[in-house]
Amino acid sequence: MTSKLLITLVLGAASWSMPAWLTAAETIEIGCVAPLTGPQAHLGKDIENGARLAVDTINASTPTIGGQPVQFVLLVEDDQADPKTATVVAQKLVDEGVKGVVGHLNSGASIPASRIYAENGVPQVSPASTAVAYTNQGFDTTYRLMANDSQQGKALGQYATRLGKRVVVVDDRTAYGQGLIDEVVKSVEASGGKVVGREYTTDKSTDFTAILTSLKSKRPDVVVFGGMDPQAAPMVRQMRTLGMKTPFMGGDGMQSAEFIKLAGPAAQGAIGSSPGLPLEQMPGGADFTKRFGERFGKVQIYAPFSHDSAVVLIQAMLRAGSAEPKQYLPELAKTQLDGVIGPIAFDAKGDLRDGPVTLYQVKSGQWQPVETIGGPAAK
Amino acid sequence: MDVLLQQLINGLILGSLYALVALGYTMVYGILELINFAHGEIVMVGAMVSVSVLAALTAAGVPVALALPLALAAAVVVCVVTGVLVERVAYRPLRNAPRLAPLITAIGVSIVLQNLAMIFWGRQYLSFPPVIEVQVYDVLGATVSNVQILIFVVAALTMGGLLLLVNRTRLGRAMRATAQNREVAGLMGVDVNRVIAATFIVGSALAAVAGLLIASYYGIAHYNMGFILGLKAFSAAVLGGIGNIPGALLGGLLLGVIESLGAGYIGDLTGGFLGSHYQDIFAFLILILVLTFRPSGLLGERVADRA
Repeated sequence: MTSKLLITLVLGAASWSMPAWLTAAETIEIGCVAPLTGPQAHLGKDIENGARLAVDTINASTPTIGGQPVQFVLLVEDDQADPKTATVVAQKLVDEGVKGVVGHLNSGASIPASRIYAENGVPQVSPASTAVAYTNQGFDTTYRLMANDSQQGKALGQYATRLGKRVVVVDDRTAYGQGLIDEVVKSVEASGGKVVGREYTTDKSTDFTAILTSLKSKRPDVVVFGGMDPQAAPMVRQMRTLGMKTPFMGGDGMQSAEFIKLAGPAAQGAIGSSPGLPLEQMPGGADFTKRFGERFGKVQIYAPFSHDSAVVLIQAMLRAGSAEPKQYLPELAKTQLDGVIGPIAFDAKGDLRDGPVTLYQVKSGQWQPVETIGGPAAK
Repeated sequence: MDVLLQQLINGLILGSLYALVALGYTMVYGILELINFAHGEIVMVGAMVSVSVLAALTAAGVPVALALPLALAAAVVVCVVTGVLVERVAYRPLRNAPRLAPLITAIGVSIVLQNLAMIFWGRQYLSFPPVIEVQVYDVLGATVSNVQILIFVVAALTMGGLLLLVNRTRLGRAMRATAQNREVAGLMGVDVNRVIAATFIVGSALAAVAGLLIASYYGIAHYNMGFILGLKAFSAAVLGGIGNIPGALLGGLLLGVIESLGAGYIGDLTGGFLGSHYQDIFAFLILILVLTFRPSGLLGERVADRA
C-alpha cells in the first residue's frame, strides 16, 4: 500500500520537475554502427560522434512528429569491422526496434548487415561504405552519403587521361581493388585514353619489380593502382628504383597519411582520390568543425557524413509525420536538403546523386586537394 | 632485351633474399631433420627490431653510418636469443619424440612469435627510415639501385662466410658430423647440444641480416611478413635440396628468377588469359617437376633410409 503511494508521489514529483515537452516526449531510437574497437576504432568513434551531434542538435529544437513532441535516442553498436559481427549487431538493433540505422563503416560489414535491415524494413544510411555492390542488391532501405567506387573510378580515369593517353593499371584482386580498376578502365576508354597494360598483385605482396618492369616496357604516361597503402607504398618506391618517373595514382585505399609515411620521399607527387569534398570545402564545413570541435575534438573523416546520415533519416521522419519506416521511407527517397557535406539527393538505387570525388596530391609530405570531380561543383 | 635483363636483375635480388632465408631452413634440417617453420618469424623479428632501433637512433640524431650497424647488431642479438630460446624450450625436449611432434611444435612457435610481435609492435606497418639515399644506375638499358647492390653484396658475403664456417672450421666439422649421424658424433666427443645451439645461433643471425635487408629494400615491416616469406624460402630450400647449403643458394636464386620472369611474361605468353597474379604457379610448377624427377631436390643427395 505504502509502496504504491510512494510510486505515485515520485511520478508526480517527476512530472512536476521536468519541462512539459520532455515528459510528454516519445522517444524514437536510431541505431548507429561502426567499428569501435580494433585498428579502425578512431574512425568508428568519428562516425558515432557525428551522428550524436546531429541527434542532440535536433533534440534541442523540440521536434514534433504528427503534433507529438519527440526525442531521438542513438543506440550505438560495435561491428568490429567484421562481417559476422555486423550481422549480429544488426539483428540486435532490429530486435530493439530501431527506426533507422546510421552505418556501417566498411563495405564488407554494410553489405551483409543491409540484408537484415532490408528484411525488417529498417532504413540504413551508410556514411562511409563505397563498394558498388552495397546499393546494387535491390533493397529499398539501403542508402549512402559517400560517392561509390564507380564514381571514384570514373573520376580517377578522367584525371589519368588528362595526364596522358597511355594508362597502365594494377589491382590487388580484392573486391575493392578489382572493382575500382574495372571502373578506371571503362572511364579511361570513355575519355579517349588507352589502357596499354594491366597487371595484378595480391593484398599481401611486397615485391612488384617484375610487374613494374613489364609495365615500364609499355611506356605508360600514368600508373593507376587499385588497392591499399601497404602495397601502394612499396610499389611507388620500386617504381622510382626502376627509374620510372611516371605519375602514380590510386583510390582512397592509399589516400592516407600511412601511405606518405611508408613510401617516404617516393610519395612526393602521388595522386590519390577520396570520395566527398575536403572538410574545409564543404558548404557547412567551417561551422561543423567548430561545433564538433567544441564537443569531440578533431574530425577524422566520417563525422560530417554520419552527421548528415542522421539528419537525412530524422528529416524524412519529420516530413512524413511518422517514425514508422513504412511511412517515412518514400520521404527518405525524395530527400532534397543541404547538408554539411553539400546538397543531398538520392538516385533510384540509394546512391548519392552526383557524389563528388576529390583528388589529392602529395606535396611536401602532405595530401593537398587538387581538384574535385563530379558533385554540385561540376554543374 | 633490357626488359629481360631487368627481370633477371629483379629475380636475382629477390632470389638472394630467398636464399638467405632458405639457409636457415636448410641448416636446421640438415642437422635435426626438423622443418623449423618458425624461421620465417625470426626473420620478421629481425626486420621489426632493426626498423625500430634504426628509427629510434636516427630520431635521436645518431649518424647513419653508426645507426645502421647498431640496428643490425640489435637485430642479431634479439634474433639469436629468440632462436636459441625456441630451440631450448620448444625443440630440445622433443628431440627424440616422433617426427610429427616437433613439426607441429614449430608451427605453434611460429604462431606464438607472430602474436607476440603483434602485441609488442601493434598491427600497423612500420616504415624503414629513409636513411639510405636511393641512387639508380643504368646498366645496359636496365636499372640497378645502390640498395639492390648492397643487398646482393651483403647476401653474397654472408653466404660465403657461412660456407667457410661450415667447411673450414672446427665448429663446421662438428656440424657436418652431427648432420651425418648425431649419435655417432656424440660418441666421438662432439657436444651435440652445443652444436645444435650453434646452428640455431648462426641461422638466427642470418635471419637478422635477411630481416634488415628485406625491410630496407621494401621500406616496410609488419608482424605477419614472415609467413609468406618463410613459405617461399622453404620452397627454395626444397628446390635446391633441403639440408644442402649450396642447394639453398641455388634454390633461392632460381626461385627468385623464375618468379620474376613468370610474373613479367605470363600475361604476354598466355595472351592475357592468365595475369601476373598467377606468378606463383610457375614457381610451384617447377618445384613439382623437380621433386617428381629428383625427389631430393636439385643438389640433394639421396638419403638412405635409416633402419
